[in-house]
Amino acid sequence: MRIIGHKILKRAVYALVTRANTELRSDVLRALKQAQSREKSALAKSALKAILENAAVAKKEKLAICQDTGLPVVFLELGQKVFVKGDIIDIIGRAIEEGYKKSYFRASIQKDALSRSHRPSYGPVIVHTDIVRGNKIKITLLPKGFGCENKAQVKMFAPTAAVAEIEDFVVAAVKQAGASACPPYVVGVGIGGTQDLACLLAKRALLLPIDKRNKSKNIAILEQRLNKRINTLGIGPFGYGGKTTSLAVKIKTYPTHIAGLPVAVNISCHALRSAAIFI
Amino acid sequence: MYKLKAPLTKDKIGKLRTGEALVYDGILYTARDQAHRRFAELIKKNKKLPIDLKGQIIYYCGPNPAAPGKIIGACGPTTSQRMDRFAPALMKAGVLGMVGKGERSPDVVRAIKKYRAVYFATYAGCGALLSRYVKNKKIVCFEDLGTEAVFALNVSNFPLLVAVDCMGGSIYDERR
Ligand code: SF4
Repeated sequence: MRIIGHKILKRAVYALVTRANTELRSDVLRALKQAQSREKSALAKSALKAILENAAVAKKEKLAICQDTGLPVVFLELGQKVFVKGDIIDIIGRAIEEGYKKSYFRASIQKDALSRSHRPSYGPVIVHTDIVRGNKIKITLLPKGFGCENKAQVKMFAPTAAVAEIEDFVVAAVKQAGASACPPYVVGVGIGGTQDLACLLAKRALLLPIDKRNKSKNIAILEQRLNKRINTLGIGPFGYGGKTTSLAVKIKTYPTHIAGLPVAVNISCHALRSAAIFI
Repeated sequence: MYKLKAPLTKDKIGKLRTGEALVYDGILYTARDQAHRRFAELIKKNKKLPIDLKGQIIYYCGPNPAAPGKIIGACGPTTSQRMDRFAPALMKAGVLGMVGKGERSPDVVRAIKKYRAVYFATYAGCGALLSRYVKNKKIVCFEDLGTEAVFALNVSNFPLLVAVDCMGGSIYDERR
């Protein structure tokens, strides 16, 4: 058993908070730069220029990339041979709340979803936990902004549905998001499992490096085809029109029941922020 | 680039055309979902509003707090769509300009034409960069709403794009 003290855990989570919110992922940066050289229209070019300039300002001045510092979603992979002194979920939650506060990020969480009667706060955050082999902890933080989270969709297809139907659904979801969720997007797709798992897979797909090819040949082809189709929609950077509506489509799959085929779409804005750390 | 200076007038708005990029000097009042809800309720009950909206520009924004030595944190636009249900009432109360990101509903576009108002888009998802154009910030009302309170942002050279002009032409229609 490897024992990890709460201070080490806290420090690690704290570092994730600033890194995720102030430093745009390098794979996203690369894709944005490529898009900039591809675009022809002046409006699309200037939109991408602003996005890249924003990323530079945020990093240099330690400012949040976007004022919506999101609902912090944590993916915790906990090695079976690790023992953490204290309540691990509580330690992570508090460290994030403290990190947000000390970094002067926005308190965006409404404690009562229905009455909306509370002053926005920094928590509670959401933690998804997986128990894994080994004696390490991996923590991934995805500050998910709600402009794009609001555009998520899920549909239960028949098991006999054609791949083309699934494609149409994904493309339609992006079309419906339109200009409202800060394009260019990264589109996460979850296929299989149950309805809830498909949604989680779609979100987890956003954590994949966007320029790394999927190991499954079929899925890689589907991702590319979807990305091409989405980019013919013409929404473009900021929705002002252009070739770049999507930087990438990422798909995650899981086995499912003989009677069904759940498909979920989780869209990310161009400010796709996530950071991970091993302890 | 054209510099639009406060106060906004119907005359100035009349010259703006969809797709035109410009910069703005003056006050932007921030308001998002909950502030809109409160404004709309007060208007419905014929009560006095905490600020005079006549001729003003509403910025759909919930800023980040200012770090020591700074004026404001990241302060980019939020999705305008969510304010669509309130926007016509606010225009009726005198609002002439709105700043946000993304499409507006047909109802809002109709109201923009009717009141000869204007809807601007600004850099979406670029809150850090936009914070540079804020010269000072003052809380105006609804302090209990935290980031959703109404702040008066005094901005200079704030980048805007005419997204729906007073004739109802929309940048988001033209692209398709
Ligand atoms: S959709 Fe993303 S970039 Fe746009 S405001 Fe929300 S968090 Fe920021």
